[in-house]
Amino acid sequence: MTQETLKVTIDRGPDTAHVQTVFDVPAYTNQTVLDVVSWVQQNADPTLSYRYACRVGMCGSCAMMVNGVPRWTCRTHISKVLRGNAVTIAPLRNLPVIKDLAVDMDPFFDKWVAAEGVHHGALTRDDPIAPVDTSTAARAVADAGIECINCSVCYAACDTVTANDDYLGPAALQRAWTLLNDAKDDGRAAILDAVSDKGGCHNCHSIGSCTTYCPNDLDPMSAIAGLKRETAKSLFQRWR
Amino acid sequence: MRATGVTARAHPLWLAYILHRLSGLGLALFLPLHFWVLALAMTDPARLDGFLRLTEASAIKLAEFGLVFLLAVHMFGGLRLMALEWLPWTASQKTLAASAAAVSFLIATLFLLKAV
Repeated sequence: MTQETLKVTIDRGPDTAHVQTVFDVPAYTNQTVLDVVSWVQQNADPTLSYRYACRVGMCGSCAMMVNGVPRWTCRTHISKVLRGNAVTIAPLRNLPVIKDLAVDMDPFFDKWVAAEGVHHGALTRDDPIAPVDTSTAARAVADAGIECINCSVCYAACDTVTANDDYLGPAALQRAWTLLNDAKDDGRAAILDAVSDKGGCHNCHSIGSCTTYCPNDLDPMSAIAGLKRETAKSLFQRWR
Repeated sequence: MRATGVTARAHPLWLAYILHRLSGLGLALFLPLHFWVLALAMTDPARLDGFLRLTEASAIKLAEFGLVFLLAVHMFGGLRLMALEWLPWTASQKTLAASAAAVSFLIATLFLLKAV
């Protein structure tokens, strides 16, 4: 029996925005989308640029658009996404393309910081270690968001990001929500200011693509809804 | 963006979002016309009567059905959004609330049909 081949169409950018290259890739029973891209780079076209590191869904560097859907390619089996025996692979949406499948993640991480997604410590190394009470409701909310791997799948899925350059995006806002509920973080005022600013949480239209496509089953949409409630509450408190 | 994006939107939440937006747009376009017709009662009653006779036509009846549909969709879309963003409920609580609303809506409609 001859080995089956996959018809793999890959976007080649950024200079040639509408150029795609089609490759015939041998099919294997155990093959991820990242395996397919790697086969192309190693056997058909060494100039193909793409990004990956851990291959086990922890580092968040291999996300790409697969048949128009943002996915972590290292944990996506090719059989899940094939149409017939064909698949189209493109760089992540909403981020500038460096070359082929590699995008510039700078805007994504800049917004992470702009949303105050940094640790705001209240203690010094001389203070005793503060115990974290794992049974509180706030801790449960914080725990719900901490498994984010910064893969930018939600950022690529979000139509609001596409329409509004300033919008901080689902990942950064979810990080802000996590820190807001974290007993170890002392940045409440700074976080609420950052997420109610121009590109903040109130830009979100609750379209829900972030939650639909998050590979780790996180729920940025509900996290952003939480920020909307908290910022509104703090506004009313200021008025009183 | 070409191939990207279109399939990424094929999920219920996005459909609910676009339905809410389009119904709102449709209602916004309808309202000025609605107010203009109401204003005819003051400015030109004869013309209003002529227009009201037009509403007997089946095409207009169909359009009225469309209007009620837009209103219903937009109202429930708004309620959905407010529940989604303002009530820190769990997903299962929201499903229960939506089912309860649907069931009561169904019962109310049955009573209404019986009354007519």
